[in-house]
Amino acid sequence: MIRRGRRKLLLPQHSVLKFIKFLALLIITVPTSQSILIAAEIHEPMRPYWSFEGPLGKFERASLQRGYQVYTEVCSGCHSMDLLSYRNLIQPGGPEFSEKQAKAMAAMFEVETGPDQDGEMFMRSAILSDKFVSPWENEQQARAANGGAYPPDLSVIVKARPNGADYIYSLLLGYKDAPEGTELDDGVYYNEYAKGMRIAMPQVLYEDGVEYTDSTAASEEQMAHDVTTFLTWSAEPKLEERKRMGFKVIIYLLILAFLFYFTNKSIWRDTH
Amino acid sequence: MSTDYKPQSAVAKWIDKRLPLITLFNGHLMQYPTPKNLNYWWTFGGILTFCLVTQIITGLVLAMHYIADADLAFSSVEHIMRDVNYGWFLRYIHANGASMFFIAVYIHMARSLFYGSYKEPRELIWIIGVFIFLLMIATAFMGYVLPWGQMSFWGATVITNLFSAIPVFGESITNWLWGGYSVGSPLLTRFFTLHYLLPFLIFGLVILHVWALHVPGNNNPEGIDVVQGSQDTVPFHPHYVVKDVFALLVFMIIFAGFVFFTPNLLGHTDNYIQANPLQTPEHIVPEWYFLPFYAILRAIPDKLGGVIMMVSAIAILAFLPWLDTSKVRSAKYRPLFRQFYWIFLANFLLLGYLGAQPAEGIYVIISRIATIYYFVHFIIILPVLGFVEKTKPLPKSISEPVLNDKERAAKAATAPA
Repeated sequence: MIRRGRRKLLLPQHSVLKFIKFLALLIITVPTSQSILIAAEIHEPMRPYWSFEGPLGKFERASLQRGYQVYTEVCSGCHSMDLLSYRNLIQPGGPEFSEKQAKAMAAMFEVETGPDQDGEMFMRSAILSDKFVSPWENEQQARAANGGAYPPDLSVIVKARPNGADYIYSLLLGYKDAPEGTELDDGVYYNEYAKGMRIAMPQVLYEDGVEYTDSTAASEEQMAHDVTTFLTWSAEPKLEERKRMGFKVIIYLLILAFLFYFTNKSIWRDTH
Repeated sequence: MSTDYKPQSAVAKWIDKRLPLITLFNGHLMQYPTPKNLNYWWTFGGILTFCLVTQIITGLVLAMHYIADADLAFSSVEHIMRDVNYGWFLRYIHANGASMFFIAVYIHMARSLFYGSYKEPRELIWIIGVFIFLLMIATAFMGYVLPWGQMSFWGATVITNLFSAIPVFGESITNWLWGGYSVGSPLLTRFFTLHYLLPFLIFGLVILHVWALHVPGNNNPEGIDVVQGSQDTVPFHPHYVVKDVFALLVFMIIFAGFVFFTPNLLGHTDNYIQANPLQTPEHIVPEWYFLPFYAILRAIPDKLGGVIMMVSAIAILAFLPWLDTSKVRSAKYRPLFRQFYWIFLANFLLLGYLGAQPAEGIYVIISRIATIYYFVHFIIILPVLGFVEKTKPLPKSISEPVLNDKERAAKAATAPA
């Protein structure tokens, strides 16, 4: 009886080994070809802990809420977030403000709408269905106010930069005094993580630059961490749903594959 | 396909008498005699069918929400990601599905090259396959343009500009393709239309591919013909249906890994920046699956020459059945070919690596050598090998090497330690 059990085990190992080789081939070739694609010229960014990383990662709700505060009080002076609506702030998987809070947040902004019955455009307070109000009328106005530079829209910025969240976090904290002998043009700042160490955005995060409503101490690192978390959510608002679903799907597929493996084995048992 | 299927129920009889669909499926998907020694490299045909169907279904739903307009395309994709129910799911499957499709097709082709599946009497299966590959390249390229990010726009600009290399008519042809004087909405709209059309043409070719396959039947790892009416074959169902499903499930687990846990790994970050005709990205790189051919394009200092070489690199595949002069199919019995096969594969991967590097300095020189080798393999090595190689003796039937292995194992077991 023991001998039979042994023979049974030997057969699958052979084909499993073949499969492992094939998987290894895939795993080796795919990521290496990708890492080549990422431009290597950028200063290697810091790698802080992010709660949303990993297969079961989730956003930290309080951090998202603080991050929204940093965005509105600091970033939104120059950067738009055209793809977001105020209603997104109450959706599951996001900052999850209460409807009342989000309505109040929207109402702090004015939007032009209309035309009314007389054909006139008019201003009203923003409501949940409105997109985030842009600081600029158009790109030209933004450039004129920023010495020719155009502050990019932040909606998907985390997905639009290599190293995503790590890069944004590092960039926000990367302002240093320029080393001696470095020539900087007017309106250009020295930043370790920017391409060519130069960036048109000045340092914006200073200790206690924001007074958090949840009375968290507003260190530069805290603010950078919170606003980057917020921007990661805005780039990938379905991240939590995606990872949750992925976990279930993969477990389901594993069980099914397991069943099919043994079905296959039993079907081929008598074929030599 | 011969089948002993007899419809049983009244409904089945009624249908089958008027249109023998059930008989057809029974013959081709169930009783179809398949060599019993196919390994897991043979499961990629089924996997590719799954890829095609998945792309068509997800693409269909995406097309319901996508807007093919230069001003709206980018935000319509984000609308899918944010506001459409499970839109993120569909789009990530579709985007990663293209990569998975190419992983599978490259493995499928590599298997065919190794076991000589393109040789007589299977030349047409292979040639139809080359056309499918060509259509896949066109479809994937146009699909990558649709989100209208920076890489979409500049990729489209680089590739459509290649047509301007055509002597005399180049510029007129390019302007005709663009529907204007630069890449913009007219091009995006026609790319969308063609991106929607081509998968159905691929589907048609796949039917021909399978039809042509089912005339001589599958090749197999031994590369020899099956002995008719022998123990060499097993019915397709359940033996290969279940085996293919198992392989497909493993493939799907990897696929799901990408979709759910690292959905943007295979894409380029620049494609999350809306297309901007005034700002050229630092490096314009195509999707990873085009990199070897991109390297060949850039290896040639002349634009027209580069285009010709790139097209030839794919076109030459269609002539493979006649370039390979050896009568022995499987590399198992071709010791010399086997070495050159791995060198060719390594060289192809090297080209892929080079395609991702900037076209300067040492990279250009290596690209040229690798490009030359790619063609030398087909034009010189393969034809010559058929004449000089001393192949190993072929087994008489598929059952023979299997039995021999068993006998050997039995001997080894009884041999004193």
